[in-house]
Amino acid sequence: MLHYILRRLLYFIPTLVIIYTVAFLLMRAAPGSPFAQEKGLPPEVLQARAEKYYADRPLYQYFRYAWDLATLRGTPSIRYPERNVVRDILGPAFPVSLALGLCALSLAVAVGTAAGVASAARPRSLTDYAAMAGALVGVSQPSFVIAGLLLAVFSLWLRWLPVGGWGRPSQLILPALALAALPAAYIARLVRTAMLDVLSADFIRTARAKGLRRRTVLLDHALRNAWLPVLGYLGPAAAAVFTGSFVVEKIFAIPGVGQHFVDSALHRDHPLILATVLLYAVLLVAFNLAVDVAYAWFDPRIRYD
Amino acid sequence: MTDSPPESAAAQRARPRPALSPARLAMRRFLRNRLALAGLGILALVFAASLAGLVWDRWAVWSGCEPPYREQLPGVHPQPPGWVHPFGTDPLGRDLLARTLLGGCVSLGVGLAAATVSVAVGTVWGTVAGYLGRGTDTLLMRIVDILYGLPYILLVILLLVLFEERGVALRVAALFLAIGGVSWLTMARVVRGQVLALREAEFIQAARALGSGPARIIFREILPNLAGTILVCATLTVPLAILQESFLSFLGLGIPPPLASWGTLASDAVGALNPVQTYWWLLAFPCALLGATLLGLNFVGDGLRDAFDPRAS
Repeated sequence: MLHYILRRLLYFIPTLVIIYTVAFLLMRAAPGSPFAQEKGLPPEVLQARAEKYYADRPLYQYFRYAWDLATLRGTPSIRYPERNVVRDILGPAFPVSLALGLCALSLAVAVGTAAGVASAARPRSLTDYAAMAGALVGVSQPSFVIAGLLLAVFSLWLRWLPVGGWGRPSQLILPALALAALPAAYIARLVRTAMLDVLSADFIRTARAKGLRRRTVLLDHALRNAWLPVLGYLGPAAAAVFTGSFVVEKIFAIPGVGQHFVDSALHRDHPLILATVLLYAVLLVAFNLAVDVAYAWFDPRIRYD
Repeated sequence: MTDSPPESAAAQRARPRPALSPARLAMRRFLRNRLALAGLGILALVFAASLAGLVWDRWAVWSGCEPPYREQLPGVHPQPPGWVHPFGTDPLGRDLLARTLLGGCVSLGVGLAAATVSVAVGTVWGTVAGYLGRGTDTLLMRIVDILYGLPYILLVILLLVLFEERGVALRVAALFLAIGGVSWLTMARVVRGQVLALREAEFIQAARALGSGPARIIFREILPNLAGTILVCATLTVPLAILQESFLSFLGLGIPPPLASWGTLASDAVGALNPVQTYWWLLAFPCALLGATLLGLNFVGDGLRDAFDPRAS
């Protein structure tokens, strides 16, 4: 197992290098200059700015940015020249997204699993239909509509919760709900399908026949097997949720990293684009490894040696 | 033979029925799924309504009027739903019914275009990777992995800026392509997995032993067996593409105004939410149609999956 983890960790580096390179090439190939916003600047100033960001020396820029990001030193952003992409932009924003993402993901896993088990325990019952209808509504509206409605109902009309912002626990509830809606719906459907599949297996009949309580059969015997597909989904989902959501951050005024993914691409802020791409890639690769390790822990039949 | 006893009813029932093709069987299972049929019904209604919206628009243009989706009516707006404007009007005095129906055409168009791109590119990519195997497989699938590893919003925005400021038609086409361009990855993975499994199946080996070439095997043996998988995956791509278009509209990168899609209508309405005055109809009608369509597509997609893979249900 340790051997396997070490080997996978070794693969990290080439994977990240390739993703970085592709992002760099795409970014340089895309039309539009990052300096185009400031019209009317004298050519000398533009020249000086291009030099500051090594825009005229692509090869040097490629290695310089890579080195500065790998050592977490970072480079100044183009849109905000006085701010460093690591120290001043992603550094403070990432813990916010991480905290919000952890809340949202735990909520999604708890609610999704509960709904999935409840509906699989009694298929075609009222509980089943209600849970699956809820799950379908969760995936059939854009996230900004869900977030906007939560805000309108709980903050504007009922005035139970603050409109937005960050810092107090009460400000966490609505954005976590909005962010959890989609993964919760997806997990509920995954768990239901897998549970129905597992519940028809022979070992479940044996467990029931030997007189185990229904609860024990459902939760200990069936769920443990039925949860494996959820694990596979959690890897990419965690990477996506922890890198924030532009929509939720915009609507609830949260200083997370999600907005930088969109803004950096819109403004061709090259240093910030590369930093966000690497952040996402590191999270994705790390969570996929964590998921594969967790598979072996969940299902002892899986061995990687 | 004349003196043989007439067959009993039981024997008649026991006699093997003529074999049905897998597609026939799948169709039969699908038609028995009430939820899937309901989804199909919803989709038919929404399609018909959107087409009616398109006809209304064309008819207005043909008869020399301002198209109803951008005609700004005089008076105080927004007006709540009433007899003249069943869906009400928006703050600029445009009829919301016309905008919602035409928006339906755009949203459905985005979904269908994305599904088409994803079927075309994803199927070819996945089949080539799965069938050729070895180095080709590794190379093609690593490319998919890397594209998965990039934040998809970056890909979409970079694809969109390629066509920036070149007229409405090109921007809409770019939007279709950009959303399709990120949605083929899942299709390629699914198809490749199926091809890998099929390639070693006995009937493929039999075809190979009979002297069929790769082209014949792919087109006559493998692709017909993949049809179900591709259909299911494409059906489930459409709702995702519609949601992605609405997200891009929220960013202001969607359909350029005054044209509308469900996404732009909903995101404008969310922006107009405030505690003082509620214009509920601005949000309710586009979101209801959007939700109904996505529900219908999900029902149909689930129904198709169950129909093509009876083991899974």
